[in-house]
Amino acid sequence: MTTEIRKKVLALTGNEAYAYAMKQINPDVVAAYPITPATEIVQIFSKYVADGEVDTEFVPVESEHSAMSACVGASAAGARVMTATASQGLALMHEVLYVASALRLPIVLAEVNRALSAPINIHCDHSDTMGSRDAGWIQIYSENADEAYQSLFIALKIAERANIPAMVTMDGFIVSHGMEPVEILPDEKVRQFLGERKPLYTILDVEHPITIGPLDLTDYFFEHKRGQIEAIKEAKKVIPEVHREYNEFFGKNMPDFFEPYRMEDAEIAVISLGSASGTVREAVDVLREKGEKVGALRMRIFRPFPYEKLREYTGNLKVLSVMDRADSLATIGGPVFNEVRSWLYDLERRPFVMNFVYGLGGRDFFVEDALYIFEKLIKAAKGERPSELIEYVGVRE
Amino acid sequence: MPVSLRELSKRTQGLTPGHRACAGCGFPSIIRLVLGATTDPKVVANATGCMEVVTTIFPYTAWPVNWIHSLFENAAATIAGVESAYRALKRKGKIKTDKEIKFIAFGGDGGTYDIGLQSLSGALERGHNFLYVLYDNQAYMNTGIQRSSATPFGAHTTTSPAGKVIPGKLQKRKEITDIVAAHGIPYAAQASISHWLDLQKKAEKALTTEGPTFLNVLSPCTPGWVIPDDMTVEVAKMAVETRAWPLYEVENGYYRVTYKPKEYVPIEEWFKMQGRFKHLLKRPDLIAEAQRQVNETWERLLWLETRPRKEEEK
Repeated sequence: MTTEIRKKVLALTGNEAYAYAMKQINPDVVAAYPITPATEIVQIFSKYVADGEVDTEFVPVESEHSAMSACVGASAAGARVMTATASQGLALMHEVLYVASALRLPIVLAEVNRALSAPINIHCDHSDTMGSRDAGWIQIYSENADEAYQSLFIALKIAERANIPAMVTMDGFIVSHGMEPVEILPDEKVRQFLGERKPLYTILDVEHPITIGPLDLTDYFFEHKRGQIEAIKEAKKVIPEVHREYNEFFGKNMPDFFEPYRMEDAEIAVISLGSASGTVREAVDVLREKGEKVGALRMRIFRPFPYEKLREYTGNLKVLSVMDRADSLATIGGPVFNEVRSWLYDLERRPFVMNFVYGLGGRDFFVEDALYIFEKLIKAAKGERPSELIEYVGVRE
Repeated sequence: MPVSLRELSKRTQGLTPGHRACAGCGFPSIIRLVLGATTDPKVVANATGCMEVVTTIFPYTAWPVNWIHSLFENAAATIAGVESAYRALKRKGKIKTDKEIKFIAFGGDGGTYDIGLQSLSGALERGHNFLYVLYDNQAYMNTGIQRSSATPFGAHTTTSPAGKVIPGKLQKRKEITDIVAAHGIPYAAQASISHWLDLQKKAEKALTTEGPTFLNVLSPCTPGWVIPDDMTVEVAKMAVETRAWPLYEVENGYYRVTYKPKEYVPIEEWFKMQGRFKHLLKRPDLIAEAQRQVNETWERLLWLETRPRKEEEK
């Protein structure tokens, strides 16, 4: 006899989905500060606290700098700790992000992508999280609300196993404020899956005093940094391991580093992150109908950078394009483009790589834009290479 | 009850010998007096600064208690996080000790008056149960004696140098203890290492008071103030005698000056002891201005002290 489990599906915005996942995680401490478009996460969570639906210590700090600072203190005390922010908030946390990762504190941050000022703008691009790409945090870019919801559980488990902090991101407004069906996992199963945090150390163990964050000079700093780099390398093993466990436990099929789409025999492909990826897949379908060998590769985990996995997909490619929703402002295109291109360099057979920067400040990205990109790539595959490697799509030039 | 010096010296939980503070540095005494004011277990957060630097050069530590350093401006937010975790974990029965843990943050004047003021203000307003100890050496000493908003009027620092045109710092010191007290916290006080019993009583009071508490302790800096290594306590004492550094406390909003010098000692006497004021000795006009500031602050304190207490609070 089989028991049919009725799935619970709720219509939730991205922010509501984040907050719901946080409720189910029931962290020991949440320290957060509101910022558009992530404000609702903090609001909804405050209500959970006020209604006694969680037993979290909620620390309504006076800034994001203090939010991440309080998270560091609480996590060093052995607590399970979360926060949420966007854009300027993440920028204000910047120096504390490095402390969190170097002290090996598995803090989880629910991030909503929004353009960094100036000009001030509240809409989506990836300049905020790309700005903290070298802070030693795991970065998981989710495409929709359901994925963001699930990714928080996965991120927490990875973070606590690898002792590395993790941020999950979703595109501001496009996902954070768009309502979508989210399959809610049973509370009890979430609790079982996550278990309890087993900290490496805690400063609340008063019988065994320790000094955390001492001055580290020329004689030791490099060794400690080197150790951190190795730990992040180890996390590359933990990430697929936790995804496997998650998928088995919940009967899901969450991809880890990449989500390939029609890549099997593709000769032309586009790499993208976040919500634009669905648009790219639609363009792939249109072109496949016409017999073009095109595919799409969604990069879900950008940090640590999954170059080993990337190479599994690039063997047959003639042309590859990277879509960046941020620019390096260094005349060398977007950050994802630069890293992808760099890691393909020493392959014997490597594709021609182009960069398309799109969607800055929340500019819409349409199927037509994706088709335009593919047209350029198809031409390049036929030997008609563009004079510029980097192109800006959807902007009035 | 304050303990005797003899008893205090027996309490092991202070600061171990071997730290690398300058000879004559004021703050090791502050750490020992504050941590010695309670036998409860303690967790300390330290802002970046001289204290953090000289006590923890890896792989050594001078701290026999749990200690964390994160950044320059976030000691208050860090200890707030630790204290929040303590409350959450205690509720869930995950804290091993039955004793009540005391949470203490240490920061210099740079990390407190200036770059860390917002973080401190937030933590005070939220009402975390912790003691914030400001060791006030009146300039950014760790980076080589730059002015802070704690630097007194007229002092020479490397960013308020006594030059041919400008005679040292032109602005007066910010009254941080008043600013902190204005948060309506239950206890804030100003103390000096020279008056150790007064300091220890205040630390004990702060550590047994529920909610956020604050101590601002004068901590002479031998290179920064340009004083001999063996004059630290004397210079601190003269700051109190000249009323440049009044000793007082603010308990539930009521001010009380805890030490009133018996004789009037002009501010010049304090200036004469320190190289950082050397250039002022030729400028009676500036000494008069410094004296005016000292008198004004002192008279204001005496006036604040006269606020009648409500019957039930006597």
